[in-house]
Amino acid sequence: MPDLSTNTGGIHSPNPFWLASAPPANSGLQIQRAFEAGWGGAVWKTLGTPIQNVSSRFGGHTIGGVRGAGFNNIELITDRSIETNLREITETKKLFPKNPIIVSLMVETEAEWKDLIKRSIDAGGDGLELNFGCPHGMCERGMGSAVGQEPKINERITGWAVQYSTVPVLVKLTPNVSDIIPHGMAAKRGGAHGVSLINTIKSIIGVDIDRFVPNPRVGLASTNGGYCGSAVKPIALHMVAALARHKEFGLPISGIGGVCNWRDAVEFMLLGSSTVQVCTEVMLRGYRIVEDMIDGLQEYMRSHGFDRVDQMVGKAVPAFSEWGELDLNYETVAKIDADKCIGCQLCVAACHDGAHQCIHPQQDSRVPRVDESECVGCNLCQIVCPVPECISLVPVNNGFKPATWNEHVHQGKPLRPKKGAH
Amino acid sequence: MTAPLPAQRSETAFADFKLPLMRDAAVAEANRCLFCSDAPCVNACPTHIDIPQFIRKIATDNVRSSAKTIFESNILGMSCARVCPVEVLCVGACVYNDLEQPPIAIGKLQRYATDMAFEKNWRFFEAGKPTGKKVALIGAGPASLAAAHELRRLGHACTIFEKRATIGGLNTFGVAPYKMKADRSLTEAEWVLAIGGIEVKTGVTVGEQVTLQQLEQQFDAVFVGAGLGADSALGIPGENLPGVYGAVAWIEHMKLTKADMSAVKSAVIVGGGNTAIDASRETRGLGVRSVTMLYRGTREGMSGYQHEWSAALEEGVGTAWQSLPIAFEGTGRVQRVKCVKLDASKRPIAGTEFTIEADLVLLAIGQAKLGDMLGSLAGVSVHKGIVKVDAHGFTGRAKWYAGGDCTNGGKEVVNAAAEGKAAARAIDAAIMKGAARA
Repeated sequence: MPDLSTNTGGIHSPNPFWLASAPPANSGLQIQRAFEAGWGGAVWKTLGTPIQNVSSRFGGHTIGGVRGAGFNNIELITDRSIETNLREITETKKLFPKNPIIVSLMVETEAEWKDLIKRSIDAGGDGLELNFGCPHGMCERGMGSAVGQEPKINERITGWAVQYSTVPVLVKLTPNVSDIIPHGMAAKRGGAHGVSLINTIKSIIGVDIDRFVPNPRVGLASTNGGYCGSAVKPIALHMVAALARHKEFGLPISGIGGVCNWRDAVEFMLLGSSTVQVCTEVMLRGYRIVEDMIDGLQEYMRSHGFDRVDQMVGKAVPAFSEWGELDLNYETVAKIDADKCIGCQLCVAACHDGAHQCIHPQQDSRVPRVDESECVGCNLCQIVCPVPECISLVPVNNGFKPATWNEHVHQGKPLRPKKGAH
Repeated sequence: MTAPLPAQRSETAFADFKLPLMRDAAVAEANRCLFCSDAPCVNACPTHIDIPQFIRKIATDNVRSSAKTIFESNILGMSCARVCPVEVLCVGACVYNDLEQPPIAIGKLQRYATDMAFEKNWRFFEAGKPTGKKVALIGAGPASLAAAHELRRLGHACTIFEKRATIGGLNTFGVAPYKMKADRSLTEAEWVLAIGGIEVKTGVTVGEQVTLQQLEQQFDAVFVGAGLGADSALGIPGENLPGVYGAVAWIEHMKLTKADMSAVKSAVIVGGGNTAIDASRETRGLGVRSVTMLYRGTREGMSGYQHEWSAALEEGVGTAWQSLPIAFEGTGRVQRVKCVKLDASKRPIAGTEFTIEADLVLLAIGQAKLGDMLGSLAGVSVHKGIVKVDAHGFTGRAKWYAGGDCTNGGKEVVNAAAEGKAAARAIDAAIMKGAARA
């Protein structure tokens, strides 16, 4: 049985699956039920000066009939008193001593940080997560992403937290920046033991087209919220990988953003996350999704010969490179398996209207024909094909040695003739 | 114009065999559609409805446009959604069949969109600018309704001559009530006629109250959508006994009135086509305990659809394959059917006579063809009662066009709709030749 235990910046967990700081981690009873269901750790919903929330608070983005494929919220940090939260942290730690509780914090002054850090640790917190990410409401008050977008402030507050904390400190980063690197580096300079990312993306989830009000609707008005859920995974993966491959960074990463199942988790781990945090999928389906996440991860590790999680963390990072380092002489063409093809011709429409006009209908058969002399190997046909393994992209031996753009520019390496560029 | 239906009709006892989709189910099903290019379902539809487009519009809650897409190709799209044998048409052609996944429920999605159009009384079409041309249409069934609607869009005045008191043709008095009831057909016919400018003369038999020559003289073109005639008979002893009826006539009776089934304990349906299967399911559905379909051929050789037959079987219809009635017997009314077994060449096998009890016998062995009514018109060719037409419904005699069952020998409503519309286009091209459109 593969060992699922993890260590993220000194925070030890029985498995890599944590609840993110969010509604599913709002109270002791919730987190206790989550631990019973199998969750490894939980980042407690952000503590700070209790706020007042609006109704409604959530918006769902339905894609192709799938509800909540994207999601956003305009809920703020905890609306319960600090005392209540701390008491429940203590109760939960007593019941589940092996499951780490990471206390998410968001206050303003150094004195407030110092005070809340001490009380969180005294209550039993195994780690701290500094919420520098919230992109709605709190940032208007100079907190959340307003901190995360200013590396100097990030570094200063991280420095305070590390100074006053006796447990590991993670900095939660906002994706609402043009480049994540300066912000990760600021956390590192401040002394953070790790980072968690991404927080939610500034968004409007949709518009009520009959009332002329964006969603989620608060009376006859709305505001921008934080976008999350399955749809944001590609953005999150990129930001995680960008930090993971950055030579001077090197901090542990807790990956967040659209993790819905073990497969998503594996992707985050292969790109450098030692743990993953989940919110939206739990909001949509409940805590019991973790059973499949644990089983699926174990099966994956078993089938790939990984005994421990750290053997797979970052395994795909070396393969994430600059465009200029890709081999321009690597050539593929699409092949359609006529036995598998059901004749829907989605590939024909996609190739003709959306790609390079090289897949053609045939007179005597519903199976389209690929003009390999024109096929640029773009992959669109394979993406739209509804039949598993019907279309494959097959490498072609064009006689050219590998050559990247950088090698071509700096060393004059020859490139193969362009296809489809007439 | 058309006679109202009595409230008490036997057909009202039936519930829908295929249930309608509610919104969420419709959207979910619509989202399954792959949106095929040059989609096989479209090619399988005689009216070539752009099925992927209308389904995509359901997926986006653009139901009004979805319905418009359907009606643009087939003005009878509401009834076709219910009565089409989709299993052998669009749904049968769905690529999901080859993927071993359930094909898209195209009929149900079409019903979802078209039912909503009727419910909300959406209207999409206006009559064209008057051309001054007049077209007569014989029969008020699907072929003529589709033709007349298209002719009105093109601006031609239309007069429909219908020998019955009720319009809608087989859609009104022939469709199995678990698919569609007569009132729904009338609703559709009225919805179609609401384009305006279509005069409907019911109770007028062409050849009696009005002659072919009069039609030819008074109109710029004539469309014949007369359908089929009376049920065929076997010509065997006892066929005139009370309790022995033609299936099409009995179905009409059951759909338009209250058929007295109180004395019927067992029924025999003679035939192996879809009318025989319908009549079997209908008698069974009206509570007849023993229903036997008697067919001279085998299950494999029957012309009735296998999916319809499977449903009949599930509903408890029995069968006697390779069997032929040789006499109907009884005192005062039919009580027994005397039969004989047939060999593979459908020849009687001596010594295999047997008797089935029956107090209702329905003959579903075909219908008379009405083409001969045109026999006196030189240039119109009629073969075995079927009017010969080209791909556009032209008979070969100037002004005369035809479509639907009287030309195809008895196909689906959707074929009639397609043929009626095609003929309307051909009529328009012919009568507007050289004429300027206003």
